[in-house]
Amino acid sequence: MAALPPSTPADGAQLHPAAAPAPPEVVGPRVRSRPWAEREWVALLRRLVRRRTALFGMLVVLVVMLAALAAPLVAPFDPLEQDIGQRLREPGWQDAQGRVHPLGTDHLGRDILSRIIFGSRIALLVGLAAVVISGVLGMIIGLVAGYFGGRMDDFLMRLADIQLAFPFILLAIAVIGVLGPSLRNIIIVIGVSSWVVYARVVRGEVLSIREREYVHAAVALGSRHWRVLMTHVLPNTFTPWLVVATLDMARVIVIESALSFLGLGVQPPTPTWGGMLADGRVYLSTAWWLATFPGLAILITVLGINLFGDGLRDTLDPRLKV
Amino acid sequence: MKSYLLRRLWQSLLVLFGVSVVVFLILHLTGDPAALLLPPDATADDIAKFRTAMGFDDPVAVQYLRFLKGAVRGDFGESLRHGEPAMALVGERLPATFQLAGAGLLIALCLAIPAGIVSAVRRNTAVDYVATVVALLGQAMPTFWLGIMLILVFSVRLNWLPSSGRGGLEHLILPAITLGLFTTARITRLTRSGMLEVLGQDYIRTARAKGVGEPPVVWKHALKNASIPIVTIVGIELGTLLGGSVITETIFAWPGVGRLSVQAIFNRDYPVVQSAVFLLASTFVIVNFLVDIIYTYLDPRIRYR
Repeated sequence: MAALPPSTPADGAQLHPAAAPAPPEVVGPRVRSRPWAEREWVALLRRLVRRRTALFGMLVVLVVMLAALAAPLVAPFDPLEQDIGQRLREPGWQDAQGRVHPLGTDHLGRDILSRIIFGSRIALLVGLAAVVISGVLGMIIGLVAGYFGGRMDDFLMRLADIQLAFPFILLAIAVIGVLGPSLRNIIIVIGVSSWVVYARVVRGEVLSIREREYVHAAVALGSRHWRVLMTHVLPNTFTPWLVVATLDMARVIVIESALSFLGLGVQPPTPTWGGMLADGRVYLSTAWWLATFPGLAILITVLGINLFGDGLRDTLDPRLKV
Repeated sequence: MKSYLLRRLWQSLLVLFGVSVVVFLILHLTGDPAALLLPPDATADDIAKFRTAMGFDDPVAVQYLRFLKGAVRGDFGESLRHGEPAMALVGERLPATFQLAGAGLLIALCLAIPAGIVSAVRRNTAVDYVATVVALLGQAMPTFWLGIMLILVFSVRLNWLPSSGRGGLEHLILPAITLGLFTTARITRLTRSGMLEVLGQDYIRTARAKGVGEPPVVWKHALKNASIPIVTIVGIELGTLLGGSVITETIFAWPGVGRLSVQAIFNRDYPVVQSAVFLLASTFVIVNFLVDIIYTYLDPRIRYR
């Protein structure tokens, strides 16, 4: 990362001890770093755009997000409108009024493209919400484990081992099977059980940050632990956290569609990519397009997020191993 | 070395204990396990009677101890649907799941390690680009979609391979590819980056400088050192494979633990679900403990930690 710009310290407590022998007008680096200042955003974007794969990923993510937000405007048909007279029509089928179904219709005569566009809403909603829950949870656990160390660290890391021991999908379907499938339950189950990656990465960062001089200085000058954590440690763990969150979103989207595929996701008639795939599987021998296109939607979205996340990692923190 | 292994053994036991707590809690998530275990049309009176009979009115800690006492003997109660001990039912299906996961892992290792090495040695050539693109696609492809597409092409269209059931080798091919692809992609990328890192080290330059031929440099000096992260990921990937088997077995009607547990969830047969979750999680813990032992032989530095 670029060196932090020198600045006047906000208060005496943040003077860098190592700066003592230097001439008096030289002050230590700003302790309350603001890695996400506006100029750095622009610089980051420029560096990302220069990597072609990251740019491609970013564009895919943008397109999917726009499609989700503007679904009623973009979708050519009502995703729930059934027309049994036009069931299982091939991609490119033109109906009596001359309206084209670019990706064909499903077993109830619904337009597949429109359902895919609306399906992106559930995928992104679950992805974002679950990542926020698990990200915040993992951040807190990682901060506490890394900063306090000792028994607390041991305990929290054993919890992480326990969490990792479960085959994720199996635990998720068991819990959702008990609680009942609903958008809220899916988000909670995925969110609560995905914190481990965040906690491990944040903890690793904290282990090195807590030995830095500015942290020792803050503690020596009497800052409370939570203040040190919030103002000095947390901002410096944000970059790796963001990379993990981006890549994890791809995983969450796949899990959401897997749950929907098994019938434990958001229930019909709401279109979900996994649910469409499950429907399409039944008509595999007669209508290949039913199962093919929703899967392609998942593939492209996940690929886009992965490429964007890889680019983000390579630009922000190339040594991060996730 | 010995103290390290003892510590790892103790940690594994702790994790198994934690696993048992979570498996126990699955039934208590809604607060009323009796209502969960009985059919939906049970009367309030039935539920109350059943609750007393099963001891669900006792304090949770007492119930957990009772559960743990059964669990260490492999007793998770009887399957509500089949009337047999739940653990026996799951145990019967375990070989099928291990066969599938093993085949998936074998495919992954056979494809990924050579692909990763070639990719690293011939960096930025066409071979490297193809391997990288395939790995990226493999990581982005949902298992269930891949499985369905393979069935569409090889079973429905070409009629080469069966689309469901367990039998000879021809039954294993499609599910194993489906299950193994994600792991293949991950290990390819890991092998490539690991080899690239090792190939840039001083000892590789020394080996080349003193006249060691290119094949021994790559296969002996470099691969040995790049293999450590691969061994670790194999242990972790086993979790992915066991979890992925839930989906793959459902698609290919493979009679393993994964398919059984999905059916059990829809039948509200929770003792079977608990047994399956517990068994697969324990397998993961035990394998990772074994991986750690292998590790200490591969990398002697770990013994002194």
